[in-house]
Amino acid sequence: MTNTEIERQWTSRLRRGVVAKLPPDKLLPDTQPAYVASWIYVFGVTTMAALAIVIATGCVLALGGPQWWHTTWLGHFVNSLHLWSVEIFFFAMVIHLWGKFSMAAWRGGRSLTWVTGAVTFLVSILTAFTGYVSQTNFDSQWIATQAKDGINSTGGGAFFNVLNLGQMLMWHIVLLPIGAVLLTVLHVVMVRIKGVVPPISESAEVTS
Amino acid sequence: MAHGWGFGALVNLDHYGHYVNWHFLSISVSNLVVIVLMVVTFIVALVAPFPGRRSRKRPQ
Repeated sequence: MTNTEIERQWTSRLRRGVVAKLPPDKLLPDTQPAYVASWIYVFGVTTMAALAIVIATGCVLALGGPQWWHTTWLGHFVNSLHLWSVEIFFFAMVIHLWGKFSMAAWRGGRSLTWVTGAVTFLVSILTAFTGYVSQTNFDSQWIATQAKDGINSTGGGAFFNVLNLGQMLMWHIVLLPIGAVLLTVLHVVMVRIKGVVPPISESAEVTS
Repeated sequence: MAHGWGFGALVNLDHYGHYVNWHFLSISVSNLVVIVLMVVTFIVALVAPFPGRRSRKRPQ
């Protein structure tokens, strides 16, 4: 195989494209701009840390199963960790959203960063909802029976039946987490490519 | 099931939820507390000094 043929392979072209778009020092930078030294910038990584705990505790719950998380002290504990890490996840994500909205974080060609963040938020809400209806207790039955009328009124109930525990559990532990994680990875990659958005005052100084 | 011990015993949750009603708005006290905490955290995050950050000298 000649060098020209090797360079024309899709793997070679893809590697060159990825490295050009996101060189290693940009993917894992050593420093950040001075304006990042503010508490408002910590809520994105707080959200991701909470997401990691959500996934880890979810995996442990999957190992034990509903009987375990309902009846044993360790199951209760892991179940509570799963719930409270979700609470922290949304708490931090909402403050991250407010912070980024207030600094118009879609500036400077960062529209895809903003959109992936917004869609991740929506997917996370759906993931949390399917979690609530997958608890296998009276709370989940109450939530599912209340939600079914709302979803049926949209016509979505034919495809997304909140009274179908098996379907809701599969959405909760397979489809939606995959979606949320992939969107999060894309979101972080976009932040790495475009950089952390500067405060509006910093942008004004640069452009003036 | 084990009841009445551990962290769950610190707060009695075995009662109906409390709600705040204002015109057409109805929200549980627990949700309202979370929202207020988020607003407070947001404001504190904007104004609290970040450790290790040096003040910038702006040119006159």
